[in-house]
Amino acid sequence: MALDRRTFLTETGCFLLLTGAAAEAWPFVAEERPQDAPGYDRTRHWWAMFIDIEKCIGCGLCVKACKAENDVLNEPYFFRTWVERYYIPAKDVSDLTAEDRPRVDSPNGGYDSFDEIYPKAGGKSFFVPKLCNHCAHSPCVQVCPVGATFESPDGVVMVDKTYCVGCRYCVQACPYGCRYIDPRTDTVDKCSLCYHRITRGLTTACCEVCPTQARRLGDLKDPDDPIHELLRTHKVQVLKPNMATGAKVYYNGLDAAVR
Amino acid sequence: MRERFRDFEHLIRLVLLFGAGTLLFLGVRAVMVPPGFGEYGHFRPGALDDNAAREPLYAGRERCVECHDEVVKKKAADKHAGVGCESCHGPLAAHANDPDAVKPELPKVATLCVRCHSAVQSRPATFPQVEPKSHSEGSPCNDCHDPHAPAP
Repeated sequence: MALDRRTFLTETGCFLLLTGAAAEAWPFVAEERPQDAPGYDRTRHWWAMFIDIEKCIGCGLCVKACKAENDVLNEPYFFRTWVERYYIPAKDVSDLTAEDRPRVDSPNGGYDSFDEIYPKAGGKSFFVPKLCNHCAHSPCVQVCPVGATFESPDGVVMVDKTYCVGCRYCVQACPYGCRYIDPRTDTVDKCSLCYHRITRGLTTACCEVCPTQARRLGDLKDPDDPIHELLRTHKVQVLKPNMATGAKVYYNGLDAAVR
Repeated sequence: MRERFRDFEHLIRLVLLFGAGTLLFLGVRAVMVPPGFGEYGHFRPGALDDNAAREPLYAGRERCVECHDEVVKKKAADKHAGVGCESCHGPLAAHANDPDAVKPELPKVATLCVRCHSAVQSRPATFPQVEPKSHSEGSPCNDCHDPHAPAP
């Protein structure tokens, strides 16, 4: 950046003549603010997701679409969203051995759908799609030492890749295991709720391709959004409510075995 | 009284040094802290625009209607009404933006249908599922079923 005489005098004058607070405020006055995307007011949205476990068929299209849309590495350790299969054997809960405990598997995150591996008789089984819960009081945001991860004004937890130093505190802090380190940049990556899509008026990639509408994006600040009807008419639960994270991914039909 | 303030040169030096340190701090801070930091919280608001800057790869089903309204109408009247076009056909924003230059490939039926419709007990019991081998005896699904109107 070339520093011309005018800029030099203005900036130096600022530092010398104004107090610290005023000097800090000067760039706002002098420069144009970074504008929001056209037609999108980020103070008028509060994004959430509604996931209906009773509708999820475990096809893995959401995982596939997410990886394509968000340039997520194809190796089976990197997921912004993934699908878990729970199998709970039919046994008396007072007499449980290790084999009788709920079993969870997620081959390649459910990317290629699921093959039948459990015995047909007895027990119950279901799919649980997982993604960042976009907590309103997010533990991962609290631990970031450099302000690289944050809750946006519209309720999306995102990462500032230019600030992230790859310290992995947030990976440890997330109670839902929703973060991973991208080895290409050595910075953290996570679900951004397709921020580039929702700010353009589209739904997320996972919701777009979900064939049974098991996942639905919702705007809690929009009174006409169908999510209000869904939350009113279903018995919903969030994951790990005891951790008071303010999670905004609401599950219908969540089993107690789901962690 | 005059005796008391006899040695004050060192105090001036101290004040000047402190002032210089403060100015240095403010200067470095003004350069290092990006514009708008703290506007919405403890982060750089430009990161919101960074995250929003990427172009979508999935166009969304509303875009498909613009040209393929016949298929969309046919699909809406049958079992696959809720299935998005790009669920099977893949991300096609490039095709929607430039329909002549980017031509989508036909989905491979052998792997496409079983992704949802192979029998797995974890799927909801009401969802239509088949054992692919015994159901069609090796012939492809679209011999009998039209993917856009699959009801037999």
